[in-house]
Amino acid sequence: MAEIRIENLHKSFAHFTAVRDSTMTIGNGQFFVLLGPSGCGKTTTLRMIAGLEIPTSGKILLGGDDVTFRRAAQRDIAFVFQFFALYPHMNVRENLAFPLKTQLTARAETRRRVDEVAQMLRIEHLLPLPVGGLAGGDRQRVALGRAIIRRPKAFLMDEPLGALDAEFREMMCGELRRLHDRIGATTVYVTHDQTEAMAMGDRIAVMNKGEVLQAGPPQDVYDRPRNMFVAGFIGSPAMNFLPIDGGAANGAHEVRVAGAHISVPRLHAGVKEGKGVIGVRPEHIRIDANGALRGNVFAVEYMGSTQLVTVDTPAGRLRLKAPNTIQVEMRSTVGLQMDATRVVVFDKDSEQALPSDLINGNGHG
Amino acid sequence: MAEISLQSLNKRFGDTQAIADFTLTVADGEFFVLLGPTGAGKTTLLRLAAGLERADSGSIAIGATDVTRMQPAHRDVTFVFQQYSLYPHYTVFDNLAFPLRSPRHRLPENQIARKVNQVAELLGIGEKLQNRATRLSGGEMQRVAIGRALVRNPKAYLMDEPLSSLDAKLRADLRVELKRIQADLGATIIYVTHDQMEAMTLANRIGVMNQGRLIQVATPREIYSEPEDTYVACRLGSPRINLVPAQMLPTVDTPPGTVTIGVRPEDVVLGGDGPHGQVSLVETLGAETVIEIDCAGEEVRALLAHGQRFHSGETVRIAPRAGRAIFFDAGGRRIAA
Repeated sequence: MAEIRIENLHKSFAHFTAVRDSTMTIGNGQFFVLLGPSGCGKTTTLRMIAGLEIPTSGKILLGGDDVTFRRAAQRDIAFVFQFFALYPHMNVRENLAFPLKTQLTARAETRRRVDEVAQMLRIEHLLPLPVGGLAGGDRQRVALGRAIIRRPKAFLMDEPLGALDAEFREMMCGELRRLHDRIGATTVYVTHDQTEAMAMGDRIAVMNKGEVLQAGPPQDVYDRPRNMFVAGFIGSPAMNFLPIDGGAANGAHEVRVAGAHISVPRLHAGVKEGKGVIGVRPEHIRIDANGALRGNVFAVEYMGSTQLVTVDTPAGRLRLKAPNTIQVEMRSTVGLQMDATRVVVFDKDSEQALPSDLINGNGHG
Repeated sequence: MAEISLQSLNKRFGDTQAIADFTLTVADGEFFVLLGPTGAGKTTLLRLAAGLERADSGSIAIGATDVTRMQPAHRDVTFVFQQYSLYPHYTVFDNLAFPLRSPRHRLPENQIARKVNQVAELLGIGEKLQNRATRLSGGEMQRVAIGRALVRNPKAYLMDEPLSSLDAKLRADLRVELKRIQADLGATIIYVTHDQMEAMTLANRIGVMNQGRLIQVATPREIYSEPEDTYVACRLGSPRINLVPAQMLPTVDTPPGTVTIGVRPEDVVLGGDGPHGQVSLVETLGAETVIEIDCAGEEVRALLAHGQRFHSGETVRIAPRAGRAIFFDAGGRRIAA
């Protein structure tokens, strides 16, 4: 297993820049997720790591070796496209053994490694069975086993669960993550699904338009987004954005939104008149009769463990998550209270978060 | 709008009993959601109500009228399909106006314009009326398709997964719009989906279907907290409910006959005097964290509020939140606590 380092990686196709000056280090044994909308450059980045694309400029290091211009086959990396494809005419054991066969591994060694992988995936009892009759989850496990049996230095996965229905995807997410915890292989995983990224990654890098906008542990990126794109892309329902009346000064710990005073983490920079926006997540807004910001309930959606309330305020529509124990009526007027420690203030023009007690992280500035 | 009453419907395709002894009354102004996996018979049921299929036996009434043998066109219901079926060469306006210009409904143009504008406003596509249908995004096309149903004033709307082709964010936005429009119009809707989240958020009542049968009909809250059986319990809620053998939780007071205890992930409490388990997986989801706990070979999922930190390998004790455990007998049927 190995560390993967990308330095100033750049890739242009004719007049289109797919990846722009990207630098990151994927630690040995890390589960690293490249997250972004389609066309953001995440798959191109992955393909460059795999050796399927040659960068226009920049470097790729695999375990300290410069592999930038090395062919894909010489990189000792397993690229997993989808966990679907199994050979239907072979049984489970033969499917698992197949990648070793092409590498001309000795028969006894093959047998030993198939047994080992089957045990790891808890599919020993399935080894003699034809793959045709397997349940969906078991099929995925066999496919996964086929990817790991070669013991590559790193796994690269391009939306491997994309084709699965929601239920399987959820299950396979857990399965993949558990497998990773067991074998500790460096993994780079590409997805456009933020839930998947949050759930699986040790670290995630959010990309847009060829650029890495922010990288870090999922919870940190969620709690302290550096710009509006990241803030809006991660989290479901999305973070609410509401415009600030006037501006805000360096050192302020309160802003006004539609006339209401909203407490925010102390700001370490100011924002000009008409340029400020607050970002607040649905779970950080409470319905509270004394709340300064008031609005009309547009809809209430019961979600089992919680309910989602959509409220139209003079500053715009927002969504909040409320406990399922309170009763909220459609068309009623409610007061809203925001968790003052969790509000992010953005500059609308640069889309960057203003530094604050929250965004600088340590609470002391 | 009108009540829809389905009485003892049966429908067979070859060897498959698609609909079995199906009885349901959807109230006037109710948003009713049929929830079930692929092949459960939901779409067939909707097609029977629309008159696109003929039932082998049973009867269907819409309002006071028995429509069992009536042609689709005479039933005065509007069907919204999964795929937007728009006329590509028409503008949005003409697509919306189309149902009103049909020979059966022909209205004066000024009334059509008023109605079209009103619906377009409602759906937030007022500015797109002069665009060609093909120049719209997927979400806009689906809004037009729903709008085409709304311009008419039928006795009921029948909707077959109308949001399933949209991406997650758009689906969430349209879901809340649709719910509000339904409430404002007082429309009767039968809505079919396999998405439990959609069912819970949209429905006044949910009917859970499996293999052509209606398993349980209740409000989302009832069905979530008092599922009829383990099948229904598993269909609703994400992450999924934990079903564990009763002997695993000896400290829980169970009614006689309890074999399985169901505990929703948000009702798993850590600490206390329950059994020990080992954390096998931690998933941070932003607003909350899901952890999986290996408890003597049983996987138990717990949904934790933000801020509680756990690590793989850590030992914890688990118990259901007081009063929130759900009890099932050997056949998987719920026993009242």
